[in-house]
Amino acid sequence: MISIDVKGLSKNYQIAEKEPGLRGSLKYLFLRTSREVKAVQGINFSINEGEMVGFIGPNGAGKTTTLKMLCGLIHPSSGLISVAGYKPQRRSPKFLRKITLVMGQKQQLIWDLPPIESLLVNAAIYGISESETKRRIKNLGEMLELDDELYRPVRKLSLGQRMKAELLASLLHLPSVLFLDEPTLGLDVNSQIRVRDFLLEYNRKYGATIFLTSHYMADITSLCERVLVLHKGNLFHDGSMASLTEKLTPYRSVKIEFSNLYPLSEFRKYGSIHESNDHYVHLLIPRERVIPNISEILEKYSVTDLEIKDPPIENLISRLFLKDSKK
Amino acid sequence: MWKLFQSIIIILKIFAKTSFSSEVEYRLNAFVELISVIGNLLGSIFILSLFYSSGSTLGGWEWNSSIVVLGIYIFLEGFIISLLQPSLTSLVKHVQNGTLDFILLKPMDTQFYLSSRSISPWGLPSIIGGFSLIIWGISLGSYNPTLIDLMMFLSTIVSSFIILYSLWFIIATTSIWFVKVWNATEVLRATLVAGRYPVSAYPSILRFLFTVILPITFLTTVPAQSVLGMSSISMTLSSLFLASIFFSISRIFWSFALRFYTSASS
Ligand SMILES: Nc1ncnc2c1ncn2[C@@H]1O[C@H](COP(=O)(O)OP(=O)(O)OP(=O)(O)O)[C@@H](O)[C@H]1O
Ligand SMILES: [Mg+2]
Repeated sequence: MISIDVKGLSKNYQIAEKEPGLRGSLKYLFLRTSREVKAVQGINFSINEGEMVGFIGPNGAGKTTTLKMLCGLIHPSSGLISVAGYKPQRRSPKFLRKITLVMGQKQQLIWDLPPIESLLVNAAIYGISESETKRRIKNLGEMLELDDELYRPVRKLSLGQRMKAELLASLLHLPSVLFLDEPTLGLDVNSQIRVRDFLLEYNRKYGATIFLTSHYMADITSLCERVLVLHKGNLFHDGSMASLTEKLTPYRSVKIEFSNLYPLSEFRKYGSIHESNDHYVHLLIPRERVIPNISEILEKYSVTDLEIKDPPIENLISRLFLKDSKK
Repeated sequence: MWKLFQSIIIILKIFAKTSFSSEVEYRLNAFVELISVIGNLLGSIFILSLFYSSGSTLGGWEWNSSIVVLGIYIFLEGFIISLLQPSLTSLVKHVQNGTLDFILLKPMDTQFYLSSRSISPWGLPSIIGGFSLIIWGISLGSYNPTLIDLMMFLSTIVSSFIILYSLWFIIATTSIWFVKVWNATEVLRATLVAGRYPVSAYPSILRFLFTVILPITFLTTVPAQSVLGMSSISMTLSSLFLASIFFSISRIFWSFALRFYTSASS
């Protein structure tokens, strides 16, 4: 079953250029001079129920804009969206009960009150009975390792605790489609892992579709088999992590350790030498040459250890975007 | 229908509880507000008494009738302080901070949510004070209001409140476009103060605004007339009609404005 379906989705923002002062405001009212920002430019993709998909791209790529359109917060300039069978921008209550949006940079919890109060407000809005609310808070709270933090004012919680409470508040109605915009923003490694584990467990338990953006590659690699890469409003990649790496680099990284000493120059013909010392060489070998070259090396030299890997995805992606912005 | 009503009551109860508890955390602030309300009330009576001390009347209104008008003004102001101001200033803040996103994603009427989300107890002194003034003004005069007068009074004052609410909500809604252009909170405050001073005290643009666009005087005089035996059924009906028009406009305007919502970029 298809959960999210997007066809030819675009969003242009009008940015008004206002002069300061009352006169500027009046002018702004009647004759706006505006500039158009093409945040998203005709993207297509579809996501199945229960899938966890990563959504990455550099700052300003249009990720948040896309998520907001998928939730129905902002209207697309053109294109069609269907989420859980609904048209998001109608924001029908039935649709809203099925989705949630979690944003790392914004919070819905009431700052001066303990999270439990916000949870009760949400329970009332979603019409969840008192006993059911208690049960859900207990279950989700356990999954998130939240306990008495729920009874302390939000402003006295650490960033990690607050984010977990935020997740609890966003998931109290047990939505089946989750939109997460940088949910691990600013968290330390431990908290990031906790949030990831929670999302995985939630996905398993409720079969929820999860669409997630993050600038921490580890979030994506550990949760998502499939990744969408957005760049300047265009979809640059839609597929597995492995195929993304393949697309990004024609090389694989091969680290070899030897029991004997060999002259370094002998390895030049196998690939470019990235790093080396007495008994060790780190080669970048063109993908199609990896198998033949390595079998030749294994035949000719006494190898004690061998590691074949793709270069770290962070480096590849940042290199790609850097290259692109220089153009 | 009954179920909807029930859940609305539950939601209102929780809203009341949560907004009171966040309010009480700032006691000093609360104390200052209380003092300023009492000061305002006494000050308004004093200013009014200055008008009448020379034996003249104010636009043909007797001293006791003017007390009733003032009472209604303060009474309405109390409702504004308790019900409108907290919610609608928070609407503007939600737009500025981009947290309106969360509200728009709740499966309920967003206008209802935004309008009822926060209430404040600090309008209570004005409500009580205004009410006492109304009673006092009536008792000073010779006319005893009938049951029908009281019912007309009730309907017209509810209409006045709905009109005020709708105006406020419309102004707050404009923050969706002008979030960075003007501070809608300040505009809201200004409309509240408008009824307090003679209209001629304002510059001509504002005078036009306060008399034609914002019917401040209409809001207080019509209920006063009904409790003083100077009104009619048709007057009452037209004020109810006006209220429903204003209310519908505020709803239409809200859903229209949301089409332009771009959500503060974070
Ligand atoms: N409300 C808005 N009004 C005008 N322009 C906007 C608005 N929101 C975003 N933009 C512009 O649209 C483009 C895409 O922004 P968006 O927030 O979607 O990027 P993003 O991929 O989420 O970036 P980041 O990784 O920094 O969060 C940017 O150029 C941004 O300046
Ligand atoms: Mg973003």
